[in-house]
Amino acid sequence: MELLRLATAGSVDDGKSTLIGRLLYDSKSIFEDQYAAIEDASRRRGEDAPNLALLTDGLRAEREQGITIDVAYRYFATPKRAFILADTPGHPQYTRNMVTGASTANLALVLVDARNGIVEQSRRHAFLATLLRVPHLVLCVNKMDLVDYDQGVFDSIKEEFEQFASRLDIGDLTSVPVSALNGDNVVTRSGNMPWYEGSALLHHLEEVYIASDRNLTDVRFPVQYVIRPRKDSHHDYRGYAGTVAAGVIKVGDEVEVLPSGLGTSISAIDTPNGPVEEAYPPMSVCVRLSEDVDISRGDMICRPHNQPTMSQTMDATLCWMADQPLQPGRRYAIKHTTRWSRAVVRTLHYRVDVNTMHREEGVESLRRNDIGRVTLRMTQPLFVDEYRRNRTTGGFILVDEGTNQTVAAGMITEAS
Amino acid sequence: MSTPTYQLSQLQSLEAEGIHIIREVAAEFERPVMLFSGGKDSAVMLWLARRAFTPAPIPFPVMHVDTGHNFPEVLEYRDRVVDMLGLRLVVASVQESIDAGRVTELPGQHSSRNQLQTEALLLGITQNRFDAAFGGARRDEEKARAKERVFSFRDEFGQWDPKIQRPELWSLYNGRHHAGEHIRVFPLSNWTESDVWHYIEHAEVPLPPIYFAHQRQCFRRGDMWMAVGPWTSPRPHEQVETVTVRYRTVGDMTVTGAVESTATAVADIIVEVSASRLTERGATRADDRTSEASMEDRKREGYF
Ligand SMILES: Nc1nc2c(ncn2[C@@H]2O[C@H](COP(=O)(O)OP(=O)(O)OP(=O)(O)O)[C@@H](O)[C@H]2O)c(=O)[nH]1
Ligand SMILES: [Mg+2]
Repeated sequence: MELLRLATAGSVDDGKSTLIGRLLYDSKSIFEDQYAAIEDASRRRGEDAPNLALLTDGLRAEREQGITIDVAYRYFATPKRAFILADTPGHPQYTRNMVTGASTANLALVLVDARNGIVEQSRRHAFLATLLRVPHLVLCVNKMDLVDYDQGVFDSIKEEFEQFASRLDIGDLTSVPVSALNGDNVVTRSGNMPWYEGSALLHHLEEVYIASDRNLTDVRFPVQYVIRPRKDSHHDYRGYAGTVAAGVIKVGDEVEVLPSGLGTSISAIDTPNGPVEEAYPPMSVCVRLSEDVDISRGDMICRPHNQPTMSQTMDATLCWMADQPLQPGRRYAIKHTTRWSRAVVRTLHYRVDVNTMHREEGVESLRRNDIGRVTLRMTQPLFVDEYRRNRTTGGFILVDEGTNQTVAAGMITEAS
Repeated sequence: MSTPTYQLSQLQSLEAEGIHIIREVAAEFERPVMLFSGGKDSAVMLWLARRAFTPAPIPFPVMHVDTGHNFPEVLEYRDRVVDMLGLRLVVASVQESIDAGRVTELPGQHSSRNQLQTEALLLGITQNRFDAAFGGARRDEEKARAKERVFSFRDEFGQWDPKIQRPELWSLYNGRHHAGEHIRVFPLSNWTESDVWHYIEHAEVPLPPIYFAHQRQCFRRGDMWMAVGPWTSPRPHEQVETVTVRYRTVGDMTVTGAVESTATAVADIIVEVSASRLTERGATRADDRTSEASMEDRKREGYF
């Protein structure tokens, strides 16, 4: 069975957690004791009906404030697909947690409250989802029950969002009018909106085609760990363990190892389930090579005529996540694939105004939740691709060396 | 011949993710340890570790936090597996913490050593200077666990602060920490109970026999079957019966209940689990029922 990872997005109180709860409840994925627990908690809070948002808002502070603070992960399966749901917070203060949830998603559900229409935070989240290159977006116009299930409201929000989206790089966008509270168009088509001709949300989630979202062309194998048993039974065994980041590797393939540039070929591919002839993303394998070359963690195996850029300088979009603002010129630790290095922001080119997509030049810093374009200089070369071609070799994080906090997510736009 | 689809199944994706996480820790930490309770989740995690490094041995020790109230079958199983895989076993003993006066056991029948495990666990980590501890916790088990990162930072007191978790992007895990702090790592974060059982079947993971249906002297307490044993005995009004049961989770004997079942093979259990209307913790763990946020509170203090 295929696995689809999805994340919610959108402004605070637009109904993300309620929608996830509704999806779980109406698809019969809630256990009796879980339901009894939220019934009980809702009653104690003085609510008339069981609050489905409590299925994901599990922290004490979240329940006290009635908002989501950090991502909650939930799991469910239908006969067609298995799903990992990441319910993310809408509150601007916790944007970094939304980024955490969206970074691994195949699909983002962008919720908008039908009464308020598109607000700044809806735009910010949609923009972040496209920056992270979540391949599929679904606009859920929620709380349709509060606008009399009016087609005009849905159409105008949909149109406004599509106009905004045309300035973003969105692969696939679908729009659904829903009521998370009542379940309209969530698991089953709603009788309240006969004018809507599309399918219910769950049907779309089961059918959306995700197999082509991966890069199967450019072979990239970052070496994660070297396996050398040093046992008599496997005296000469030397394997390079890692996760295939992109491309299909085959036994017999000519390969080149970076940074040494040495050429050799693949003699065997071992997997947890025994040897195979070929491997593809995101398999975790162990590659053996026909020549004994010196390879360690952080090196990259690729094909001779299709290589990442080996570079000490790159342009990237940064999504700043720390309370401490970005200080250009200051040194940060950088983690890219399986390699740690250090990096300095040489130039801060601009910050993006998420409402207008306008580039604000001449800014001196990026503050928490700002998105900006920078040039970075690293203390040693990294093997990079543009993020748009490869989410693994194109993404990195920056870490504050004093606090050890992850301070930024980076998406490479150009290596030079 | 059909063209290959190059598509992993859900279980293969989870296995690949788990192995990636385990290798990442082995590569980046100096003194990792894998927590091994003898339960099904830690058994699956250990099997992933075995597969992650084969044909080399697992490059870190395992630690058992021993409450002193163990199922004998589980201890026997633990030693058998440790032996079979050639592992080094560290035992963090709750009894020793009690004897040394570091923790006080509450009197009475309801007293459970579950709470006391935190102290022994943290002491085991500090004394051995472990900088990473793998746990078999899954996000689908409990609502506070559902919030936790794969790499979960713990301060010098072993505490978890859910309000300041590090962002966790893609599979770029940040395990940096200062001396004295450590990282809890959860390779099975995205697995469900059903995934675990399917994997046990697929990878032929050995388990303690108490997971399978057997006859046992039990008494009814609340809505759970408790086994008659050295630390649990029936109160006057509680009838002892011979029941065919199995365990859905394995914990301290004083708080873990059995479920009625005739499932003697993994395939039977898969059927049973998919039909169950209760979560495994809801069905069998008295310790999670204390309050709405009892797991969150325990986790904040450093619990698994
Ligand atoms: N009438 C109506 N109310 C809704 C609907 N969906 C959600 N709500 C209500 O809107 C409020 C906020 O819902 P949540 O699901 O907590 O919103 P959220 O988007 O998860 O909020 P954050 O996670 O804090 O960003 C709650 O009171 C819900 O009951 C809907 O379809 N109709
Ligand atoms: Mg929410």
